[in-house]
Amino acid sequence: MIEVGLTHFLIVSSALFSFGIYGIITRKNAVMVLMGIELILNAANINFVAFSRYLNLGLSGQVAALFVIILAAAEAAIALAIVLNIYKTFDHVNVDEIEKLKE
Amino acid sequence: MNIYDIIFYLFAAITLVSGFFVVSTKNIVHAGFYLLFTLFGVAGLYVLLGADFIAIVQLLVYVGGILILLLFGVMLTNKITSVDLRSGTSYIIPAVIGVGILWGALTAVLFKTSWRSKAPSGMDPTTSEIGRLLITDYVLVFELLGILLLVALIGAASIARRDKE
Repeated sequence: MIEVGLTHFLIVSSALFSFGIYGIITRKNAVMVLMGIELILNAANINFVAFSRYLNLGLSGQVAALFVIILAAAEAAIALAIVLNIYKTFDHVNVDEIEKLKE
Repeated sequence: MNIYDIIFYLFAAITLVSGFFVVSTKNIVHAGFYLLFTLFGVAGLYVLLGADFIAIVQLLVYVGGILILLLFGVMLTNKITSVDLRSGTSYIIPAVIGVGILWGALTAVLFKTSWRSKAPSGMDPTTSEIGRLLITDYVLVFELLGILLLVALIGAASIARRDKE
């Protein structure tokens, strides 16, 4: 078996990315869609950190990963506020049944 | 096969298996807890990649913050006492086909590309270098992200608290 290198990490991150896409496509609950988005962001972060280690780029990749984590925190806060409002308005959070922006 | 490879396969297995359960389990609370294991596995991968600071930030922000927020979202948007916490699914077969094609294409690209990779350097501590980059090369992005976080948190609080007129 070959030694673990850049390709191994990229394969893991691409699989995680595919799981995230699958979750976003198939789940109806808005919170589950958010979890899929978190998986995708984590996959992107693995790529950033792996390239930062295995390519000759310095630590810029790790700084980008840090920025992605910050953006994920902001995104989760905003999205959950929106989900709570949707729940207050429609009494459910099924994204495929929400067709109007207001009652 | 040295110890590094074994630990890599362990963390990769944790990440991918729990990631699969996150998107396939019916129970939303279970999905939240599987997401916990996925995030832990990703933090382990960061450690293996020599990114100690990012791994700790991953644990603090994702596991300590975002996951708790998501679980709050689950608890607040489901009638726990009356309805079970099942979440419907749709378009499973087209999704499996599409995602399978996507993953196949991604891995094909991965193997076809000749990465100009170098032999990885040692596991030096990265915190001081990241801090230096944050206040030199990336200081504008850093400040903008600070403002963005402030705006996002104020916006989230005001959106979530808005009363119906």
